[in-house]
Amino acid sequence: MDEILKILQDNALESRETIARLLDLPAAEVNRRIADYEQRGVIRGYQAILNEDKLETDKVTAVIEVKVTPQREGGFDTIADRISRFPEVRSAYLMSATYDLLLFVEGRTLREVAGFVSERLAPLEGVLSTSTHFMLKTYKRFGVLMREKSSDERLTITP
Amino acid sequence: MNGSPSLHNRLNLAVRDIPRSGIRDFFDIVTTMKDVISLGIGEPDFDTPWHVRESTVFALERGATHYTSNLGYLELRCALAGYVEKVFGGVYDPESQILVTVGVSEALDLALRALLNPGDEVLYHEPCYVSYRATILFSHGIPVAVETRPENGFRLTRAMLEAKVSPRTKVLMLNFPNNPTGAVMSRADLEDIAAFAQKHDLIVITDEIYGELTYDAPHRSIVSLAGLRERTIFLHGFSKAWAMTGFRLGYACGPSELIEAMMKIHQYTMLCASSLGQKAAIEALARPATDIGEMVAEYRRRRNFIAGALDDIGIECHRPLGAFYAFPSIARFGLPAKDFALKLLHEERVAVVPGTAFGACGEGFVRCAYATSLDNIKEAMARLKRFVGKL
Repeated sequence: MDEILKILQDNALESRETIARLLDLPAAEVNRRIADYEQRGVIRGYQAILNEDKLETDKVTAVIEVKVTPQREGGFDTIADRISRFPEVRSAYLMSATYDLLLFVEGRTLREVAGFVSERLAPLEGVLSTSTHFMLKTYKRFGVLMREKSSDERLTITP
Repeated sequence: MNGSPSLHNRLNLAVRDIPRSGIRDFFDIVTTMKDVISLGIGEPDFDTPWHVRESTVFALERGATHYTSNLGYLELRCALAGYVEKVFGGVYDPESQILVTVGVSEALDLALRALLNPGDEVLYHEPCYVSYRATILFSHGIPVAVETRPENGFRLTRAMLEAKVSPRTKVLMLNFPNNPTGAVMSRADLEDIAAFAQKHDLIVITDEIYGELTYDAPHRSIVSLAGLRERTIFLHGFSKAWAMTGFRLGYACGPSELIEAMMKIHQYTMLCASSLGQKAAIEALARPATDIGEMVAEYRRRRNFIAGALDDIGIECHRPLGAFYAFPSIARFGLPAKDFALKLLHEERVAVVPGTAFGACGEGFVRCAYATSLDNIKEAMARLKRFVGKL
């Protein structure tokens, strides 16, 4: 993977100038490559990683395992696309083994998520069954530990 | 016994006459200050890989809390033999040619004590790690420093060595990639040094603790050269590449006769390296490429950044090719290195280590470690720029 992407994945706010310096590249080359990634959809967007447990907002996240019937034309993609378009669905993956799709669904209340599952998701043609798990606490997201602020235990000067 | 003056006179002369490390004095000043950004830390800012820490906890639970073989767990020595052959090109018998030690520092001490008689001379290159000169003196050897210079990338040349060798020279010490300069040696450089060692029949002690940390070309070890392994003690450990400084785990590889002699001192003084440290090392060797690869990539990016930033500020710096240190020249500012470092510390709260801590020829230089976060490096460079603008 291009190191530019690695740097942006760790910190999307890193300036183009710094990235150029870190990689010993001309700034114009860094700009060109990032523009190319954005244009080709390799970079789909930039987001902040929030520790939602620290926010006072009411939010419920459910992880839903879904069994579906693949369609003759389009396989899993047609039904997966249809499900992914609901704004309540924050992430959706095709999985191996005992179920087919794994969804991360957000709502303001448990009732709202339950309503989404029973009224929107489960009745969809091609959805065979759902199994809903509610998330209780976040320990790590996108490679970032949520509970621990790392501290530098090192002495200030060492040989 | 009445008071310290008479006690002072009772000290061993070698110990009495050696000053404390210059780094120590500087450390005492820095610790009294707040909000200091330190480029003075000679150890990785990464955490020890979690699988290593986790398996150390498991080893503790399982009760790996006893003495080990003096040489170290055989399982560890076997893993080390495989690693050293693959990465450094040296072939060693785990039964008799590898000794696990309390850091490379102990291994170096053992090697010198096993080899030196009073009056034997040891060639080593400066600027160098703070303990080399002292360790030679503690072993009753005579340290003979060879000065390396930025003009040739702080590399060691045969001509420099030929100028200092004598009939009493017994040992040649090498440390590449180098702390504090970041210098590395090419294969051709090493071949010259190897020919020199053979011509003068010297024992070579090579401290390659930074061996994994090179940024523009793979590291070459002198033990990979034909005929050198028979006269070389190879030193390495887990502190730098695996960020395991506090585990204190190093090792020496060499001809059986030398390892046996070192083992005798180790046996009577240290007995064995920490059992838990050794268990951690076994786990560390399970997947070195994954652990080390990303750290090296990150150090390389920071190296590029700090070299570019120093250049922008107008501070001359030979390009560091290994380890995690930049060693810029501050001579043009007209201050001795120690004064420069103190002034920088007091005025801008940035800690760098005066080059003189690494030998007299480090005058005119400071060591900036880039084993710290990019944010810290950015801020330190901004402060340094402001500082030199006022000089």
